[in-house]
Amino acid sequence: MFEKILIANRGEIALRVQRACRELGIRTVVVHSEADRDAKYVSLADESVCIGPAASSASYLNIPAIISAAEVTDAEAIHPGYGFLSENADFAERVEKSGFVFIGPRPETIRLMGDKVSAKRAMTKAGVPCVPGSDGALPEDPAEIVKIAKAIGYPVIIKAAGGGGGRGMRVVHTEAALLNAVSMTRTEAGAAFGNPIVYMEKFLENPRHIEIQVLADEFRNAVHLGARDCSMQRRHQKIIEEAPPPDLAPRQIVRIGERCADACRKINYRGVGTFEYLYENGSFFFIEMNTRIQVEHPVTEMITGIDLIQQQIRVAAGEKLGIRQRDIEFRGHAIECRINAEDPFRLTPSPGRITSYHPPGGPGVRVDSHVYHNYVVPPNYDSLIGKLITYGDTREQAIRRMRTALSEMVVMGIRTNIPLHQDLMQDARFLKGGTNIHYLEEKLAEYDKARGGGA
Amino acid sequence: MDLRKLKKLIDLVEQSGIAELEITEGEEKVRICKNNPQAGPNETIKTTPSAEATPVPAVQAIAEGHTVKAPMVGTFYRASAPGAKAFVEIGQKVAMGETLCVIEAMKLMNEIETDRAGTVTSILVENGQPVEYGEPLFIIE
Repeated sequence: MFEKILIANRGEIALRVQRACRELGIRTVVVHSEADRDAKYVSLADESVCIGPAASSASYLNIPAIISAAEVTDAEAIHPGYGFLSENADFAERVEKSGFVFIGPRPETIRLMGDKVSAKRAMTKAGVPCVPGSDGALPEDPAEIVKIAKAIGYPVIIKAAGGGGGRGMRVVHTEAALLNAVSMTRTEAGAAFGNPIVYMEKFLENPRHIEIQVLADEFRNAVHLGARDCSMQRRHQKIIEEAPPPDLAPRQIVRIGERCADACRKINYRGVGTFEYLYENGSFFFIEMNTRIQVEHPVTEMITGIDLIQQQIRVAAGEKLGIRQRDIEFRGHAIECRINAEDPFRLTPSPGRITSYHPPGGPGVRVDSHVYHNYVVPPNYDSLIGKLITYGDTREQAIRRMRTALSEMVVMGIRTNIPLHQDLMQDARFLKGGTNIHYLEEKLAEYDKARGGGA
Repeated sequence: MDLRKLKKLIDLVEQSGIAELEITEGEEKVRICKNNPQAGPNETIKTTPSAEATPVPAVQAIAEGHTVKAPMVGTFYRASAPGAKAFVEIGQKVAMGETLCVIEAMKLMNEIETDRAGTVTSILVENGQPVEYGEPLFIIE
């Protein structure tokens, strides 16, 4: 087991990883930018190293600074968290070449899954159902492109191979708009990801976003930890996640879960990972795989009782998976609300000093947050200030506990999306369950209209 | 007990009404007396790979002058190689762009140049000490 781990991230996930390390008796080094000098987890760490100014490019994305910090503190392994460099294969490679363990999959695997075209190909080969599409990169020939779209059937979506997480996509409803859409997406992709390759898929009109959590060790042992429903999204950003997905038969989840675990064995996956699917009319369609721990991992932890960060660390330390598939039981229901520092309905960011903070508590309530009374939320990073998770024996109980928790939570001095969550916890369609990925945007658009066309 | 922790203790004594502070941590003992211009440890501190220092806020430059801060994370060295002559000493005059020290990061030696001409009045870190981004290194007047 490692003696010392360097945490190359910030915010709530840095605190989460630190807690896992504490429990395992591992010393922590936290790297931070100048803007995060007063972060809670920085003060709680065994060591901290300032690696750059506030700008992410000069700090949390600064590979030499992070590796240098690991060198001067004699860390053994680096945990990349989520976002930032967590899915950067070059970073993983340089970490390993510098003599440290990268807590995550092998660089080749990250590369394979990072390119969405090769990921689909690998998954199809591994027997995972994918969204019908262009079977690879779109060719240059316009006539060919039109032919492919016709075969798939409109509406289609053009996606960047180097994109992912909702970036680099464009929906096309008619043949007339097709070629322009393809060339625009190509240009954007080249600029944003350095890779202009695009591919095409059938655009599903009313899908739900269902994802499968997997865990694998170095010895081709892999298990799935069930599914999460992350359909409540705005601009591809998840707001609410839950496990298990409402209205899905357990047998369906086990079946797709097994396919994913099997795919992991086939590609020799190592660590935690998530297979993301669009689910429509009883069928699953693979869209992409995330080769890191995810923001919403707590809901899976609540229904399985398994600490995913600790498992990640154990696997990285070379341990054999201590869990077999038959040991994993799914009990109860968990819901997570992402608390963001933003205007609840206009969604404009709201950084600044938290003048009064009081987190909720009680049975079945979990708060994963790094903020504290008088903490200043810096303007330089994303707006996530914490996650509020509730657990219940049933979905109804989890929702009731979430209502209570939201009503107890106090965050003053900045705006948060707590009012939006309170609204959603009373929303008839949410209470019924199974809303699709467009639902939240449609609901927010209605609010806009009611307010007379706001932001 | 490493130098960062020591600095913090010295600052604490400076800023408080304490005349004398003695701390024992395992095998190591430190006594700091106020009004002693050589405020520091009485015994030689053996550096053992034990408890590291808690993070220390940047030491405030007491003197006037321009503080040269570390532009990167790494290990600070006074000279280009062990045994070689240090780039600068206290009292030395430096011109714009002159090399003050080297910071080693990822096996590469990076020469750190002064962005101000003047006289080196303080050297705030020890040879071989790890430094973080923004850590004060020199004071140039």
